[in-house]
Amino acid sequence: MPLSNMRPNAAGWSDAVAAPPPGQPGPPLWLLAELTYRCPLHCAFCSNPVDYARHTAELDTAQWCDVFSQARALGAVQLGLSGGEPLLRKDLEQLVRHAHGLGFYTNLVTSGVGLTDARLAALRDAGLDHIQLSFQDSTRELNDFLSSTRTFDLKQRVARMIKAHGYPMVMNCVLHRHNLPHVGTIIEMALQMGAEYLELANTQYYGWAWENRLALLPTREQLLEAEAVVREYRARIGKRCQILFVVPDYFEARPKKCMNGWGTTFLGVAPDGTALPCHAARMLPGLALPNVTTQGLREIWRDSEAFRRFRGTAWMQDPCRSCDHREEDYGGCHCQAFLLTGDPAATDPVCERSADHGKVSEIVLQGRLAALQARGEVQPMVFRSDGNSLRLSAGRK
Amino acid sequence: MTADPTDLARPLLHRTFRLQWEEAQRSWVLLYPEGMVTLNDSAAAILQRCDGGHTLDMLIDDLQAAFGVQGIAPEVHAFVKHATERGWLV
Repeated sequence: MPLSNMRPNAAGWSDAVAAPPPGQPGPPLWLLAELTYRCPLHCAFCSNPVDYARHTAELDTAQWCDVFSQARALGAVQLGLSGGEPLLRKDLEQLVRHAHGLGFYTNLVTSGVGLTDARLAALRDAGLDHIQLSFQDSTRELNDFLSSTRTFDLKQRVARMIKAHGYPMVMNCVLHRHNLPHVGTIIEMALQMGAEYLELANTQYYGWAWENRLALLPTREQLLEAEAVVREYRARIGKRCQILFVVPDYFEARPKKCMNGWGTTFLGVAPDGTALPCHAARMLPGLALPNVTTQGLREIWRDSEAFRRFRGTAWMQDPCRSCDHREEDYGGCHCQAFLLTGDPAATDPVCERSADHGKVSEIVLQGRLAALQARGEVQPMVFRSDGNSLRLSAGRK
Repeated sequence: MTADPTDLARPLLHRTFRLQWEEAQRSWVLLYPEGMVTLNDSAAAILQRCDGGHTLDMLIDDLQAAFGVQGIAPEVHAFVKHATERGWLV
């Protein structure tokens, strides 16, 4: 999701949002409700934690409604209803109705599996504002391979239904070595479907994508070519469809702000009620994540150790501590720092000032070699499944 | 390129966007899929009147009466042009 859209004054038009009192965070503008980890798809780059199968509990309807009410009272405006596949929740319509009544802008983030005409109408009636539909590729073969399902035709049908019901639609496609060369046809597909936004989300390497990094990493040339295609389309299509394309961190010299700044904008709630400063934060060691079933959201957001851990700049070590850019990137991504250095409080190795920056270049090089060896063939990947989740997380924590 | 709005245009907020007051931010915001724009008071006052019923002329008269000011037409035109280019208004 483009959290950058939640920065105050994205328009460049408006006055600044009133700054929060010193020492207090602003409101959690983005609430991501991961309603369930259950999912009919098995994507090799799934953003759910690798050990998701060890967390099967789910909040009930009343508990979710209470989370929404508390978050709205804190000033949350955007609600992402995500998963897993949120349509697997039979109470989705009830949850949307409650959230809409509170004044949330409600976004459904879905694979499309389970989205029928009747459900689209019921969700519309409940006040759903927008649907983000994922595709894995513009070809049936690759879409179905990457998700380990036969869903390409279904997604095409669902896209037509979504537009027939008058919803604004964001089409989302996660990019990597195998579909970057198809960016032009992916854009064509979005245009044909009438999507208002196309999110071309380059894979970031943590969670399942970390397990599959050597099979997914693109080459720099692929990225540059895809970027050129995106630029060309943007110039041609104007505002008919807004295309978001974010270069993956591994190919940058400067890190990106983690979640727009840890504990500043984003509040995620996992299916079991675990509150997350970043949707991948479950992997970080030594982070005692609070749970909405045992603590109020205000306390969690404002005072909990987990949300304060990387808020601001006080936690920093060198080179971040003395860096001129520390307020721009807040040290980058803690999950990347942990995966590459073992220390989530280290400078994100994506930064060229990090002593571990060489590790990123090394992985990019390994990815290039793997791509050469594969000669265009898709290599075996670890697909997201309960079995793989349990196997990969055996012995961890 | 968007042409300058004529005074007879009746701007309308695009249905993808929702204008609402946010107490926590003490400001009007424009919400759209997964995004938010914080508005200053004058931008909000203009957008509130973009209901497809008011022409630009009517809208300007209305704003001048409501705020007791004169000569704001150029600013309103500039904002409506900007908002149309951003896709907020149709």
